[in-house]
Amino acid sequence: MNFELTDERRMLSDSLRRYLGDTASHEATAKATEGETGFDPGLWSGLSEMGVIGALLPEDAGGFGGAGFDISVVFEEIGRAGAVVPLIESGVLAAGLLAEFGETEAAEAAIAGTVLTLAHAEPGSRYTLEHVETRAEQHDGGWRLSGRKSVVGFAAAAETLIVSARTGGEAADTDGISLFRVPAEAEGLTLRDYPMNGGGRAAEVALDGVPAEALIGPEGGAFDALERAHARATCALSAEALGLMETIRALTVDYLRGRKQFGQPIGKFQALQHRMADVLIEIEQARSAVINLAGHLGADRAERERHVSATKNLIGRAGRLVAEEAIQMHGGIGMTQEYALGHFAKRLIMVDHRFGDADHHLERFIRLSAA
Amino acid sequence: MDLSYTDDQIAFRDEVRAFLAEKLPRRLEDKVRTGKRLEKADYEEWHAILNERGWLGVTWPESFGGPGWDAVERHIFEEETTRAHAPRIVPFGINMLAPVLMTFGSTAQQDHYLPRILDGTDWWCQGYSEPGAGSDLASLKTTAERKGDSYVVNGQKTWTTLGQYADKIFCLVRTSKEGKPQAGISFLLIDMDSPGVEVRPIVLIDGEAEVNEVWFDNVEVPAENLVGEENQGWTIAKYLLTHERTNIAGVGFARAGLENLRRIAGLERAGGRPLIENPIFAAKMAQVEIDLMAMATTNLRTLAAAAAGQAPGAESSMLKIKGTVIRQEINALTRQAVGPYALPFVSEALDEGSNVEPVGPDYAMPATQTYFNNRKLSIYGGSNEVQRQIITKAILEL
Ligand SMILES: Cc1cc2nc3c(=O)[nH]c(=O)nc-3n(C[C@H](O)[C@H](O)[C@H](O)COP(=O)(O)OP(=O)(O)OC[C@H]3O[C@@H](n4cnc5c(N)ncnc54)[C@H](O)[C@@H]3O)c2cc1C
Repeated sequence: MNFELTDERRMLSDSLRRYLGDTASHEATAKATEGETGFDPGLWSGLSEMGVIGALLPEDAGGFGGAGFDISVVFEEIGRAGAVVPLIESGVLAAGLLAEFGETEAAEAAIAGTVLTLAHAEPGSRYTLEHVETRAEQHDGGWRLSGRKSVVGFAAAAETLIVSARTGGEAADTDGISLFRVPAEAEGLTLRDYPMNGGGRAAEVALDGVPAEALIGPEGGAFDALERAHARATCALSAEALGLMETIRALTVDYLRGRKQFGQPIGKFQALQHRMADVLIEIEQARSAVINLAGHLGADRAERERHVSATKNLIGRAGRLVAEEAIQMHGGIGMTQEYALGHFAKRLIMVDHRFGDADHHLERFIRLSAA
Repeated sequence: MDLSYTDDQIAFRDEVRAFLAEKLPRRLEDKVRTGKRLEKADYEEWHAILNERGWLGVTWPESFGGPGWDAVERHIFEEETTRAHAPRIVPFGINMLAPVLMTFGSTAQQDHYLPRILDGTDWWCQGYSEPGAGSDLASLKTTAERKGDSYVVNGQKTWTTLGQYADKIFCLVRTSKEGKPQAGISFLLIDMDSPGVEVRPIVLIDGEAEVNEVWFDNVEVPAENLVGEENQGWTIAKYLLTHERTNIAGVGFARAGLENLRRIAGLERAGGRPLIENPIFAAKMAQVEIDLMAMATTNLRTLAAAAAGQAPGAESSMLKIKGTVIRQEINALTRQAVGPYALPFVSEALDEGSNVEPVGPDYAMPATQTYFNNRKLSIYGGSNEVQRQIITKAILEL
């Protein structure tokens, strides 16, 4: 048993923390949120130059990592800084899928900072991964895609979209789902781009007979890879949530020590001490849950997916408790957009709306455990 | 024991329903029901309609032109108006300042201000909290120094709800530094147009500028704007708190919220079935409904006791806590119900007549923003921690 990070990962974590501390200040993030893409392009290229995107991908795809703990180390720091960048969308999901299907050149471009995104979820799919209604039809030896994709992260900033579509089967089948590469300027592709709660941007994507640049991977056989990619993305998002919680903890501890009412620091009130203790306990639970998932990303499907659902369920519950308690213990100031806590708390609450909420994963955990 | 309303109360309820059916403008109902942004003019329109019927000063005694309702009738009115998706009555003038003036104000102040509150001439806001004085309100620092016929006010108030709309602000100010902090506080009425008053908006986590900082830089206030005696402000503030705590349970809001949640859970689909049929989600909805059913009866018990002349003690604190926890849980479930569409934030879509379409279902964004906004419920009006202290202080006697 050994819970120490390797030297390489520790160095990555330390230098990333320093870099983000200097670059992704609360003010810079707030400014980028208002901007056109929803993220700071300077920060993005800085991360790429530091090799942060490469750390998320295996060596045969031009990266130098890709294991669970590479992902969790990076994303804990992203969360700690409250940084908003298309790292899950481009680095974990899109590039991860390209890497998996041997599209090395495209994966290398992503490592170098080209923004990609995965357009998979649909207006009616909620959190069900196999729910795909978008269809792909053969046309002049190529493929044409038609359908709707929802809340596609950073779609407007992406040069290329990886789009899932049915080449066979019905809406809820795992078989028959294929992946396609679609350039952003493809004909018939329209985006409705908007800002998101907690920062960043996303878009509703309409595909009306859009010609795909290429089929990626086996026709009709992309589901397993999509599930694996979402397992990695869930690990990334959970680690990001942990980082958010760590900063919320630090802000709240400072506030409890500094804020005075009735002639004493409010942290002297036992009512708040006990609530803070519960918050600290849940953050440790969250840390262990992230470790559990990161350590099982390479396990066989049943084992891996049980951990995906266990971790995401716990993160959803702990995240809500930590965010709500931190706001409460801050009083009015915790309700403001200007003070940093607001950004972290909102982002943390929004984690439960991506890749399945606590209830979705509770049900899924029960199902997977019975199997 | 009889849990049902009397015939008179039922007749009263029907009268309120008939009034709402006839007089509540469809436009306002739509805005409230769909979570659109309410503007100053919307509140003023609704206040005027209520005032015409004599139903605006619902807590006012008949001698001051109120309807003279008892606690149960007020509750019925509150419940019916919320259920019908009427805008809320903005409380600062009607329910906060007015009772203070009736009890502590001079006849001249009553004659001048009360009619203007009813007819909408004056929009009031509440200037109690300061950056350093929240739960510990008595530590407030804004000073009012007597100079001839005026007070000169310096300092800063904060969290002033809808101060951007206000013509006037009622403030707690420090008029003496002698003795206990509570002993040197006065209750002063200040014109927002006075030179030296500055209002700065504070944006909350839902993206709305609902509260403000209000700054006072050598603001001259006529001495006749003092309510009660100098240094009597704390007594007045405590009196006002009991009025602020009417309708503290928010049963009507909770019921309306639950109805909205049920509607959304019926429309959303999870795993091929309506979310409302999902056993885990349905269990959570049932749990909060069960809590609400009991809390509504606690509320009625308290109201009945109040109607019989008993002053509510720890009960209002209990209702404040349980009421806000239940509403916040309903808000959280509603946010959860909308799934991934909790993420898009398109502020313009909340404006009336906006041609910006919402992203996803139209109920999604209001659900999320209401969740964030209502985190305030357990913070303001005496935080839930402070309420807990009140409850146990009364019983432990330590
Ligand atoms: C949306 C909103 C609207 C508001 N509108 C108005 C308005 O119109 N006018 C106005 O005057 N004010 C208004 N307020 C202010 C509100 O009354 C204060 O926020 C409230 O009194 C709490 O004060 P605070 O924010 O300074 O928090 P603090 O008092 O600093 O409290 C911070 C934390 O410490 C806890 N705490 C404090 N004392 C104790 C104790 N003795 N024991 C245990 N825990 C304790 C609190 O519960 C809280 O969790 C509004 C606030 C909000 C959020």
